[in-house]
Amino acid sequence: MKQQIIVSGIGGQGVLFLTRVIAQAAVNRGMPVLTAETHGMAQRGGTVLSTVKVGDFASPLIRSGQADVGLLLWEANLQVHASLLKNSGVLLINSDTAEEGERIDASAIARDLGNAVLSNLVLLGLAVRRQALFCSAEECEAAIRQLAPAKFVEQNLAAFHKGLGSGNPDSLADS
Amino acid sequence: MTKELLMGNEAIACGLIEAGCQVATAYPGTPSTEILQAVIDRQDTAVEPLYIEWSVNEKVAFEVALAASYTGKRCAVVMKQVGLNVAADPFMRTAYIGVKGGMLTIVADDPGPHSSQNEQDTRLFCLQARVPVLDPVSPAEAKAMVSTAFELSEKYELNVVLRPTTRICHSRQNITPTSPLKLSRVADFQRDPTRWAATPAFLPQLHRKLNASLEQIAVEPALQPRLIAGDGSCARTALVASGIAYSNLVDLIDDLGLNSKVDLYQVLMPYPLSPIFIRSLHENYDRVLILEETYPVIELQLAHPGAVGKQGGAVPREGELTPDIMHQVVAGFLGLTAPEETPGERRGQRPSLCPGCPHRAAFYSIKQCFPKGIFPSDIGCYTLGMNLGAVNTVHCMGACISQGAGFYHAYQQDGDVPTIVVTIGDSTFFHAGIPALINAVIQQARIIIVILDNATTAMTGGQPVPHMGVAAGGEPTKAVAIEPLVRASGVEFLEVCDPYDKHAFETLLVQADAYTRSPEGGVAVLISRHGCVMDRKVLKSQESFLVTINDKCIGCRKCVDAFECPALLMDNDGNMALVNQDRCIGCGTCLPVCPVDAIIKEKKS
Repeated sequence: MKQQIIVSGIGGQGVLFLTRVIAQAAVNRGMPVLTAETHGMAQRGGTVLSTVKVGDFASPLIRSGQADVGLLLWEANLQVHASLLKNSGVLLINSDTAEEGERIDASAIARDLGNAVLSNLVLLGLAVRRQALFCSAEECEAAIRQLAPAKFVEQNLAAFHKGLGSGNPDSLADS
Repeated sequence: MTKELLMGNEAIACGLIEAGCQVATAYPGTPSTEILQAVIDRQDTAVEPLYIEWSVNEKVAFEVALAASYTGKRCAVVMKQVGLNVAADPFMRTAYIGVKGGMLTIVADDPGPHSSQNEQDTRLFCLQARVPVLDPVSPAEAKAMVSTAFELSEKYELNVVLRPTTRICHSRQNITPTSPLKLSRVADFQRDPTRWAATPAFLPQLHRKLNASLEQIAVEPALQPRLIAGDGSCARTALVASGIAYSNLVDLIDDLGLNSKVDLYQVLMPYPLSPIFIRSLHENYDRVLILEETYPVIELQLAHPGAVGKQGGAVPREGELTPDIMHQVVAGFLGLTAPEETPGERRGQRPSLCPGCPHRAAFYSIKQCFPKGIFPSDIGCYTLGMNLGAVNTVHCMGACISQGAGFYHAYQQDGDVPTIVVTIGDSTFFHAGIPALINAVIQQARIIIVILDNATTAMTGGQPVPHMGVAAGGEPTKAVAIEPLVRASGVEFLEVCDPYDKHAFETLLVQADAYTRSPEGGVAVLISRHGCVMDRKVLKSQESFLVTINDKCIGCRKCVDAFECPALLMDNDGNMALVNQDRCIGCGTCLPVCPVDAIIKEKKS
């Protein structure tokens, strides 16, 4: 099992946390995992990209046209990061407009939950619902419980479950 | 122990504690910062006393660790690549004088660069300094190399450099921590003036010994390049790589179905490069592709007639060796189908100062007061003041004050001096600003220096600064305040103001300008004081309003372009400005920016 994933957004959107949750799910399953992250100045609201490679890889970086899954928290990043995806890659986008790729207004859902930054886990929920990722909902939940600060665990899980559709795949249409 | 998902920097920190490191020092700088932070976070796992400090700069950090090594204890100093320039003086001499307890200098390079003022290669610095350097290919190897480096350092009594790059530092990998070594060492400084205080008379001998040691180190069996042999289908052809470029190459070869087709070498220690390896490559290969970041260090030492690398231009001389670039280079070298042209820079949206950042308010006022001013600035978040047109130069830590003085002296010769407003962060001021301030005062420069005091080293994630009285790990310590330092440097105009108070701040800027132009005037210092809003305590302590824009807005874009707050944007038609409530922190500093008072604030319900 090998999977290459990109997580794209701007500084402050929780790209790093989402990356860690996915990677932790791999660690918990005992699979080799490598990530590459953006730190430093770009974190001040600039475009940030994380890559996650699960399985037998040596480098955390992803070549153009090789990513299996793209999680985009910032729609405008399509121009700079979409080319990393395979033709058959699954693209999940946080957006309030309907165009290319599978879209969900994760920010609006997160805002309803009290914090726009929770859009990262809403998008993760959608990715799991679409079976785009190597990991299951239970594995993501376990990783979220491990990594989120104790007082935010329930809120984070709520965001994840919103994306997951909470057992009702149609509920998102009007959420 | 179970596997943990560790960032490369955390893995290195783990390695330091496991190897029995007892003194760890650093000055923060991307991509190295999390190394010392992780030592702090994991200090409870150490089995022996562990002293940790955030030093005021890299030279100081190096010298503290160096003397600790003289006592026989293991120690480490951590910095980014340009930090080594600051520490160059003690670093160069240490090569000759040597160390006692293992000393590891961890220098994180930033090919690209992602977050630095250049992409210099520490391995080349080590070649010049004659210091052995290890180049890890992954976080796991970076951790393993820490103990290798300590052993090497103690065997030869030399400082050893570990050089991770951004892609090692900021990668994560599942790694198994192991139990820390208990070395049971007590501080025992053996006086030896011919070494620790070596005068020129002793230096040729020390230099000779260094060169002899380097010859032995180069042939250390454990540090020889590793070969993954091909099946002979690419005869007399080799690929040579080090660092993250090696890892990229391994994945690329796998993708291209070339596993076990071509001889592949990993160079663990780029300097001193093994003479056995050099000879073997000259004898056994006609063509050698060399992939390394950032300068041709292996390539230079290899001096192979069939070398394909940076010197001939086949491998790009600048920037990271990304998997895409490596694909093109390897395809060219092996005569494979070239990949399609890959997209250029993946830069995307530029970074900007955070919503509510006090620096934004300060920069906006500076630009307003002195539209024709000259604005030297420095290294930190506030470099982003260039988005507001209030930063004209950025060079290296502390340079802005000296550059401000240089601008003054050059203009002063011709009579008409524009207002020169220097901006420097609090941490940068302590790092290298103080000698420059003293110099500006005694050379009678007439400049305004705005010290942007946000009470933290914000860019790198909030490390403590000397005037806050907090040491590494949050322990209380003595505070060294900025104001007495400024006064003791001979500055006679000193004011402190919160830049959120736009009127007061701009009044002081105008007064400062008048002072610099008055007969008895000189350097004027204005401390712009407001905590970093990334600090939750600061955010909680300041009032937060509901900021909105009403229909008086004329769509002039001033708040979006000139003030450049990421929480302000134009609507889809570009007719009116909007507040993005997800990002707005409700500081209200944008209100005075609007020429028609369309930005309003209300108490939050």
